[in-house]
Amino acid sequence: MLRKIGAVALFLLQVLAACGPALRRPSLIVRQIYNSGARSLIIIMLCGVVVGMIMGLAFSDMLSRFGSESALGVAAGLALLKELGPVLTALLFAGRAGTSLASEIGLMRATDQLTAMQVMAVDPMRNVVAPRFIGGVIAMPLLVAIFNIMGIYGTQLIGVTVRGVDAGTFWSQMQNQLDFSDVGEGIIKSLVFGIVCTLMAVYEGYHAEPTAEGVGLATTRTVISSSVLVLVFDYILTAAFL
Amino acid sequence: MRRSTRRSRASTRRPGPDGDITLSDMPNPAVVEVRGVNYSAGSRQIFNGVDLAVRHGSITAVMGPSGTGKTTLLRLLTGQAFASAGSVQVLGQDVASLRRAELFALRKRMGMLFQNGALLTDLNVFENVAFPVREHARLPEPVLRRLVLMKLEAVGLRGAEQLMPQELSGGMARRVALARAIVMDPEVLIYDEPFVGLDPVSMGIIVRLIKRLNDALGITSIVVSHDVAEVGSIADFSYLLAGGKVVARGTTAELQASNDPSVRQFMQGTSDGPVSFHYPAADYVGALLDTSDLVKGARP
Repeated sequence: MLRKIGAVALFLLQVLAACGPALRRPSLIVRQIYNSGARSLIIIMLCGVVVGMIMGLAFSDMLSRFGSESALGVAAGLALLKELGPVLTALLFAGRAGTSLASEIGLMRATDQLTAMQVMAVDPMRNVVAPRFIGGVIAMPLLVAIFNIMGIYGTQLIGVTVRGVDAGTFWSQMQNQLDFSDVGEGIIKSLVFGIVCTLMAVYEGYHAEPTAEGVGLATTRTVISSSVLVLVFDYILTAAFL
Repeated sequence: MRRSTRRSRASTRRPGPDGDITLSDMPNPAVVEVRGVNYSAGSRQIFNGVDLAVRHGSITAVMGPSGTGKTTLLRLLTGQAFASAGSVQVLGQDVASLRRAELFALRKRMGMLFQNGALLTDLNVFENVAFPVREHARLPEPVLRRLVLMKLEAVGLRGAEQLMPQELSGGMARRVALARAIVMDPEVLIYDEPFVGLDPVSMGIIVRLIKRLNDALGITSIVVSHDVAEVGSIADFSYLLAGGKVVARGTTAELQASNDPSVRQFMQGTSDGPVSFHYPAADYVGALLDTSDLVKGARP
């Protein structure tokens, strides 16, 4: 366990050292933002709406017991911005983009593509790992923002149109009660989760055994370690922001 | 001490009946020199005092049965692995003593064709061949395009420049990889099992390409293979690896004429000889006649 933490930390340092040269190749990074971000859009938007709809139902029911249906907007906004948005997006990201990154790099290892790069005097850390890492870290906050927007839309859809919460109250409460620190907390969490999920994906892929089973194991390990770390870091960050 | 002993022994060897030729017998300077190399993977010893040399402009074959460390030898030459003893010199530089930047500079002077091509699957044929040039040289796009098309023409695949690696046959993929390997005009070109899995037509094409590129570009070629007929038809000099050592060296004709049982077995592809067909196991008849497991299985 400690050995793995040390190995991941060393790998992070190697990746960070390769990020400088990789930033000079923006086309590689843009392609990875597309791969990790744009290709995750459908699932993020769909899940965002559904989560918002569930909150619309559940929160309006709970709040009605205290006669506080008018707080639906602010309750949903706080839950999404501070917790659900970053955490659920990170878990979805680990399942969609993380597995894709790990298996892609693992297959490049298994098919000698990384070795071929090294023999061509090209550093795979600079050309393969760093652009994917940067792309994932940039994509995550954008995906969280989209998840939050879709979630709030889903809450409004159910809360206002189905459960009969007043639309003006819904939006004005949200506007009055939420401040930038709530948004900032979500942004910081999304950045940290982006680093965690992408780092674990590229680490597991890069160190995958060059076999079909090895790539499969790397993919599985990516999801498990990313998910656990996201929850652990969420607790730490939530405690830090209190 | 041990290395110097080996060197003095190597320098005093003379060509024997099996074509045992030393470096000093070679007419051209050696581009690659491997001396007294030991290498282990975990507890398994792969090399135990391997000596070989590749002279400039030649096609040198490194042959041997599967699992004798042929690909490991290439990893040592390209600095992907390092010997536990002995020295590996490529283009006059000791690979193990090079720093990272120096190793990368050396690798720019080398090309390598991988067993499966190792094409970058997210790039098309043109971009695969252009990849090393884009990484190491700042050529104007029109110049780069012409350079890549020349290399693709050399391997007969100029018309396939827009295809993706997934759309290529095994032979075509290897030819694209060959174009990529020569695009930087390397001084040494290494082929790792270039004939594996190819149909006879593709194999013939690759054989002719290796010979033609070697002659036309003046490249020093090292071909690792266990396809005796194919590699033997173009090799100027061959080494036969077995049991962690070089067991024979010489021209193809000299190896074919060898009386050494292990050399004869490999060159003629027979199952009887020093290299056993069977993996070491307990007595076969005894294992079949042992009924203890049957008795145990028959119990209710």
